[in-house]
Amino acid sequence: MRLSDLPKGSPAVVDRVDDAHAGDPIAQRLRDLGFVDGEPVRVVACGPLGADPLLIQIGSTRFALRRGEAARVHVKAEAA
Amino acid sequence: MSADSLRIALVGNPNCGKTALFNLLTGGRQKVANYAGVTIERKEGRFVAPSGRVLQILDLPGAYSFDAVSPDERITRDVLEGNYPGEAPPDLIVCVADATNLRLHLRFVLEVKRLGRPVVLALNMMDAARRRGITVDVPELSRRLGLPVVETVAVRRGGAQALIAQVDGDVPPAAAAQPDDPASRADLHAQVRALLAATVVMPRATDRVDDALDRWTLHPVFGLAILAVVMFLVFQAVYSIGKPMTDAIGDGFGWLGSHLAAWLPAGPLQGLVTDGLCGGLGTVLGFLPEILVLFLFILTLEESGYLPRAAFLLDRLMVSVGLTGRSFIPLLSSFACAIPGIMGTRSITDPRDRLATILVAPLMTCSARLPVYALLIGAFIPAHRVAGVFNLQGLVLFALYAAGIAGAMLVGWVMKRLRRDQGEHALLMELPSYRLPKARDVAIGLYERGMIFLKRLTGVILALTVLMWALSSFPAPPAGASGPAINYSIAGYLGHGFAHLFKPIGFNWQMSLALIPAFAARETAVAALATVYAVGGEGALGPALSLHIPLASALSLLVWFAYAPQCMSTLAVIKRETDSWRNVAISFGYMFVLAYAASFLTYQIASALA
Repeated sequence: MRLSDLPKGSPAVVDRVDDAHAGDPIAQRLRDLGFVDGEPVRVVACGPLGADPLLIQIGSTRFALRRGEAARVHVKAEAA
Repeated sequence: MSADSLRIALVGNPNCGKTALFNLLTGGRQKVANYAGVTIERKEGRFVAPSGRVLQILDLPGAYSFDAVSPDERITRDVLEGNYPGEAPPDLIVCVADATNLRLHLRFVLEVKRLGRPVVLALNMMDAARRRGITVDVPELSRRLGLPVVETVAVRRGGAQALIAQVDGDVPPAAAAQPDDPASRADLHAQVRALLAATVVMPRATDRVDDALDRWTLHPVFGLAILAVVMFLVFQAVYSIGKPMTDAIGDGFGWLGSHLAAWLPAGPLQGLVTDGLCGGLGTVLGFLPEILVLFLFILTLEESGYLPRAAFLLDRLMVSVGLTGRSFIPLLSSFACAIPGIMGTRSITDPRDRLATILVAPLMTCSARLPVYALLIGAFIPAHRVAGVFNLQGLVLFALYAAGIAGAMLVGWVMKRLRRDQGEHALLMELPSYRLPKARDVAIGLYERGMIFLKRLTGVILALTVLMWALSSFPAPPAGASGPAINYSIAGYLGHGFAHLFKPIGFNWQMSLALIPAFAARETAVAALATVYAVGGEGALGPALSLHIPLASALSLLVWFAYAPQCMSTLAVIKRETDSWRNVAISFGYMFVLAYAASFLTYQIASALA
């Protein structure tokens, strides 16, 4: 499942980050920010228009990601 | 390097408190706020350690990694690697990490360590960490990292004692430099996990207070309502708190001028002192309270951590008009002054989004326009109550701010349509923990901004006020001339010349004349009007204006100031930040056209209705 499809509040772990194209700087930055295999992740809030951007909790940090950015992150749902 | 001087660089993730630590160490007054990307240039300070050694401290912009994607991260990387022109690499790197957010920050610490330079780790915000029940086994962390680790609380006096003792001692040995490649990058996260598991106990990943507040402030409906209320209250407060103080100052200078006039012999000198100095100074200085009230709110919001939430709420809207949520903070600063706003766009990683933000930033109503608005609104708009609560004058002011924002949205949207690059551009923005604003930091910020305004006042504005007085006093009218003396002066000729250009938008020659100094600094338009209408103090200027200027022209002038090409200093900053005269020309050109068109419509419609 993609992080952009994860329902709000449901716990998951990061599987991998896909490059949208070769040498994708956004994907690299996501990995640098801690979106790496096995990291617990959760959608905390959604923006008011078109549920975009998403507020993502990873570790103890919260990042605002647009849907296109969140779609690069593949997650595995985790039983609560 | 001399034996008794040590060069120390402060580095770390954005918003980990480097600048607060820098200020604590050096007694500096750098701007601190609660969002990522406040420090956009390298800043240097020095202090003398207890041993008598001089320590030079370099405060660098925050970086998430050395794979620098934004201009300010690049500065940090270049300085640390010794590639920054004219800058030797630092003798010691103090890596600052937020103790409440070690999972993210330790990764950067490891990246810094791989540079192979002497590093000390400062665990900052230890007070917040303790409050949340987070414990860090500092000796164990130090042993595993192979670095000295000290605890700091940068926002508290004496909160850096341990760090001072550490850097005042011997420089720790450097770790071996390691190459930077993708495989070892992925490895960093594994190392961070191992470190955290062994040394950090965290009862809860997030702060309960943050969670509770975010539930409301980021709510799709309530969040937007809260944002609208906050913005509206700010502008109402500027008017209802600042205005009475402003009037008192204007009256004070008027009183001073009339007393000085009695002391001085009649003639040019008396005119210069009473009309030029007291009148001009009193009018412009009078707006200090309003500007300070505006800054008080902006600084408090900055400190609290609310601003990135606002950016989150508005991102989608901003994207639809060709900007980004990140544009929100520079644009909000532009309400104070476009210059810090444009400089603040450096934290926008994307060059396209950054240029778009720079071009629309001057459309945000800066505080220098406030004197002009306040004067014209005071003179032409009655202080009616609307719906029993709102002041009509406050509503008009709000409408002018809204007009600036609407103009910016229109321009952004047009730019989005016109540009060739339609690719994807990232947001990736960290939302910090909420923090109670510290009175001391807000007071420092307020003092700094107030001083900047006063310095501009005493320098540029005062000189222009005197120049305007001279232009409008010489040459003296011929003997036996009828009509006001200024008609025969240099200013009169200039104003009459410009008046042809501005006649279709309803400006008389006095108004056209006031636009000349306004290009140097907008707030001087008020002083210029005071000079050409030969009145001292704002109290007298308002009634004089309502006597000489029709309502339609006044409205047109208000709209002109909402969109007009910005002051010279702003153009100079655009040149410096984008290194392109083309952008300066685009900026000036589109604003002139926009202002002229909007004023034309306003004047024609208002005249037709009158």
